[in-house]
Amino acid sequence: MKNIDSKNHVRGKSIFIDDIPTINGTLFGVVFTSPVAYGKIRNIDFTNAKEIDGVIQIITHSDIPGENQIGAIILDEELLANSEVHFIGQPIALIIAVSEQIARRARELINIDIEELDPITSVSEAKEKNQLIMPPRTFKLGDIENSWKGCSYVFEGKAITGGQEHLYLETQGSYAIPQENGSIKLFSSTQGPTVVQKIGARVLGVPMHKIEVDVVRLGGAFGGKEDQATAWAVLTLLAVHNLQKPVKLILSRHDDMHMTGKRHPYETTYKIGLSKDLKIIAFKADYLQNAGAAADLSPAITERTLFHATNSYFIPNLRATVYSCKTNLPPNTAFRGFGAPQGIFVIESAIKHAANELGIPTRELQEINLLQDGDEFPYGQIAQNVELKNIWDTAQNNFNFYKVEKAVCDYNDSNELFKKGISFTPVTFGISFTNTMMNHARALVHIYQDGSIGISTGAVEMGQSVNTKMIQVASKVLSANTNRIKIESTNTTRVANTSPSAASSTADLNGKAVQLACEALLQRLISTAAKKLDVEENRIELIDEVIIVDGKSSSITWEQIVLEAFINRISLTENSHYATPVIKFDSTKEKGHPFAYYVYGLAITTVTVDCLRGTYKIDSVKIVHDFGKSINQEIDNGQIEGAVVQGIGWMTMEEIVYDELGRLKSNALSNYKIPDIYSAPDSIEIIPLKTEGNENAILKSKAVGEPPFIYGIGAFFALQEAIGAFNSNYTHDFTAPMTPEKVLLGLYQKSS
Amino acid sequence: MIEFILNNELINTDLPSGSILLDFIRSEEKLTGTKIGCREGDCGACTVLVGSINKDGSIDYKSVTSCLTPIASIHGKHVVTVEGLNIPNQLSTIQSIFKENNATQCGFCTPGFIVSLTGYSFNSETSILGILDSVSGNICRCTGYKSIEKAGIEISGVLIDNNTNGNISNLIRNKFIPEYFADIPKRLQELGNRKQIINKGIIVGGGTDIYVTDADNIQNTEINLIGYNNDFSKIRIENDICTIGAGITPSDILNTKELFIYFPELVSFFKLISSKQIRNMGTLGGNIVNASPIADLSIFFLALKSNLTISDKNGRARLVLLRDFFKSYKNIDLQDGEIILNLSFKLPEKNQHFNFEKVSKRTHLDIASVNSAFCISISNNNKITDISISAGGVAPIPLLLKNTCAFLKGKVLSSENIRKAHCVLKEEISPISDIRGSEEYKRLLLRQLYYGHFIKLFPEIISISDIK
Repeated sequence: MKNIDSKNHVRGKSIFIDDIPTINGTLFGVVFTSPVAYGKIRNIDFTNAKEIDGVIQIITHSDIPGENQIGAIILDEELLANSEVHFIGQPIALIIAVSEQIARRARELINIDIEELDPITSVSEAKEKNQLIMPPRTFKLGDIENSWKGCSYVFEGKAITGGQEHLYLETQGSYAIPQENGSIKLFSSTQGPTVVQKIGARVLGVPMHKIEVDVVRLGGAFGGKEDQATAWAVLTLLAVHNLQKPVKLILSRHDDMHMTGKRHPYETTYKIGLSKDLKIIAFKADYLQNAGAAADLSPAITERTLFHATNSYFIPNLRATVYSCKTNLPPNTAFRGFGAPQGIFVIESAIKHAANELGIPTRELQEINLLQDGDEFPYGQIAQNVELKNIWDTAQNNFNFYKVEKAVCDYNDSNELFKKGISFTPVTFGISFTNTMMNHARALVHIYQDGSIGISTGAVEMGQSVNTKMIQVASKVLSANTNRIKIESTNTTRVANTSPSAASSTADLNGKAVQLACEALLQRLISTAAKKLDVEENRIELIDEVIIVDGKSSSITWEQIVLEAFINRISLTENSHYATPVIKFDSTKEKGHPFAYYVYGLAITTVTVDCLRGTYKIDSVKIVHDFGKSINQEIDNGQIEGAVVQGIGWMTMEEIVYDELGRLKSNALSNYKIPDIYSAPDSIEIIPLKTEGNENAILKSKAVGEPPFIYGIGAFFALQEAIGAFNSNYTHDFTAPMTPEKVLLGLYQKSS
Repeated sequence: MIEFILNNELINTDLPSGSILLDFIRSEEKLTGTKIGCREGDCGACTVLVGSINKDGSIDYKSVTSCLTPIASIHGKHVVTVEGLNIPNQLSTIQSIFKENNATQCGFCTPGFIVSLTGYSFNSETSILGILDSVSGNICRCTGYKSIEKAGIEISGVLIDNNTNGNISNLIRNKFIPEYFADIPKRLQELGNRKQIINKGIIVGGGTDIYVTDADNIQNTEINLIGYNNDFSKIRIENDICTIGAGITPSDILNTKELFIYFPELVSFFKLISSKQIRNMGTLGGNIVNASPIADLSIFFLALKSNLTISDKNGRARLVLLRDFFKSYKNIDLQDGEIILNLSFKLPEKNQHFNFEKVSKRTHLDIASVNSAFCISISNNNKITDISISAGGVAPIPLLLKNTCAFLKGKVLSSENIRKAHCVLKEEISPISDIRGSEEYKRLLLRQLYYGHFIKLFPEIISISDIK
């Protein structure tokens, strides 16, 4: 089944937030933000701005009726700065005007006087000055201190990953319309309608039921609209609350890039110890996470870094600590992988480091240390149904490691100008929100009396085709044709108290709720049929929209049985709740069973470097991936391809640059480059693993959003291999992204 | 009054001629399929087609980013948005292939891709490289492009199999475009007989720079659009001299097949310059007066010892060497009221060799870290009789490496002399660290591109192992 939106997408008929027809009298907002990274506001002069024809109001912190607080986990972020500013791009005022252009012109006329203080932009400085978002968190296993002496080889080093701009093609935005009795209807481009509702109510000082949040679809999000859609939505609510007029606020690309946070940069020191037979015995890592000026989701991202510190390997002795460092940059936030890619980059760097020093192929070290059933993760969960061996065998059968490696060697032996490199990137990715209480969802399913079906869930459609999967689930359970089923917008009045669409879990959680609701409805239709036909329920089935009795077709169709139920005053609506079983986590001990299951995979990445120019291309990414039993292979393959290229972007050309004053230099699409069609690998081959799947996954079809992002990491190590093949003096420096600049400097590095 | 056909509808508007087409489409006409992605021509979500009528009554469609398109430039033309490609009750061939290949996920970039691909279908020739190039200015963050690539390849196959050859009736028959396209040439011809718009106000070439940097101010004003004026839009080749009007776009240059005799690699050189959409819009004159030290066309034509013809407001023309035109950072030899009419250069002779190199963070649709062009004449006894090397990104201006060239001129083409000249080169550049790269990198990169010209053209003289 294709993405149900695709027909409207290709015709330009899909409605995104900025396409909602505005009603007469709609006003437009533009946000005025801090021009300095750290300082105290002495005075703001709005006189000139207010004089512009068409400017309606300039809203500041003093116009907030409730709390000036939008922090989701830690209450440390003002909606509109009061006396201090902590990053460039921090909202200070909202200009409301009859057009966006007028509001923008007014913004240029605001004079602000700020006492500038010295900003902190680096994690090392933040840690030194003890500027932390929260106390450091540590995961421990075994006895790290005593394990070093048992190691035959010990290596220490540093691994650095940069930030990443989400670059959802649709910028942040919201549109709110006043309703009666002080209620507000808000359209928001958010992954978390409930978060927006809750924080909106907090800021306005009204009960949550006064705010209805509605989401049709997002033009991409990737985590960037999980927490960071909130500020713009709540500002819009605030304006509507004050003016009682419809207000629209869509960020320009430039505003979006410099006002919103990104993937967290990490700087990590690691120490890895191996036995004589190359088993990793000990691993220690201190991760310095650049959180920016407020907590945002950093505490949760910290956690996931720790959960994935060992990636696909068993390491009996470990200590991993994350320092979430507070700096004067925009608060960094969720981005596909949610701290896991940063953690996995470190262990993969450490393994590569060890392999280089020992003069053995990295793949051998990886293979020797692969996780197996019964191994304990550093957080106490025992690995079960580990698919890594199965994946390795499948990859070997399909791709023949020896052959692909030899092809690279042969090429390099006969080419001077170009060199190839190859890398192997396994992934073991835990599925569930690491915050156990968030693992629940609800679905509201109506069967209308004409037989058509409407489904509401907490899932937000953002291109991942979750709505398509919801239809598949309902269609399968009810045995109803997919074209009978409509997925409604995500709306807080129909499905309340939802978790954001995130953590790769949206289809699992909401799909399970849809499944439960449809199973209940199906049961009612079966009972109705049983009564009508006067037979026992267990003799009745519903197959392909026809009632079957004892395996034989009756003449009763879907429409007839629905109408029959309606006439007999049977409820054709069901509201179901699902909460993931099994999972638990005790953060006081940092132990538990946080994940419902794991997704496994392996990517083999081959690259070619132009040794004259330092440019490169990704030849191929060959993947064996654990989909469980995919309910939609085409859509899942699309998730893999998109994630791989996004991951490659993070590792290669996507370079976030702030200067020492906290100014974003990579502030436009002209100087922040994400992959284009020519940057995609020449080929991406995906082999689905033959496996039984997992009961905790929706219809055994495993989560697919984030895990394949990890495959992109392979590009970094493959590039290093290629550089090394050209220049024997090249010292492997584990600093991503591997831009053409770094590649060229590596190719011509003199002996160190 | 600006008059044009938008999809199937005749539009008259009194809006200032500097108004932005994207806003007109979305705000005035409520056609929301055209998306706002970046407003700087770097994402392609707002791509539309612009059809212009030729003297022979045929029509040419090209893709442009409507965010950088002043409505002055569409006067008398046919503008096609994604909605204008919709065929009643069914998907167009391109839409259908796109859908079947799962080439759309969130859908925000999709209309831009559909429009770009449809724009390609008007080409008389079809190739896979060509169709991929047609979406070189379209960014997608969801799919990873492989599905889009597959769709593109399938579309090119259908175009070839049905011998559409860019012919409008063939395209209609094969459901690439709706039927109303058949009457557009006639309708445009009727429009063409009406009054021309008055050009006044700030001079705009293609708009691809000024609408990035100053859209808010320019969009409420009348503009003097020279890029589309006939006087500026000709390429002439006479007596081995090539004269290119200042309003010529890189796409126009690529469409001048005669130039391929002199520059066989022109296509691969020019594909390094921006994207399909921007090459359809930006002008040679704009690229030069912008005076960016990294401007691709300035660098390209510097090495060809080009002249500029500059006219004052009374029509008096003067000639200036391009190398003398750039005086210091963003400071050019152009007085108030003067405009560049054209650029001219002597076409390379048989014993001359030309090369162009550009390296940027992303190979396509990116601004160079360093670029360089190279033109060399070799005598029968292997002496360098003339050499001209330009380099961008290594000085405040697009730089001609005068000292390096002076050193090499008259010398034997040898590995030793080439390497000696690099010592001269190092002394005449002054790169700075910025978002395009560190000083160290730019120095190294120019070294590589400098050697790269020789390695590519004279592999028997010098190879990469000589410069390791």
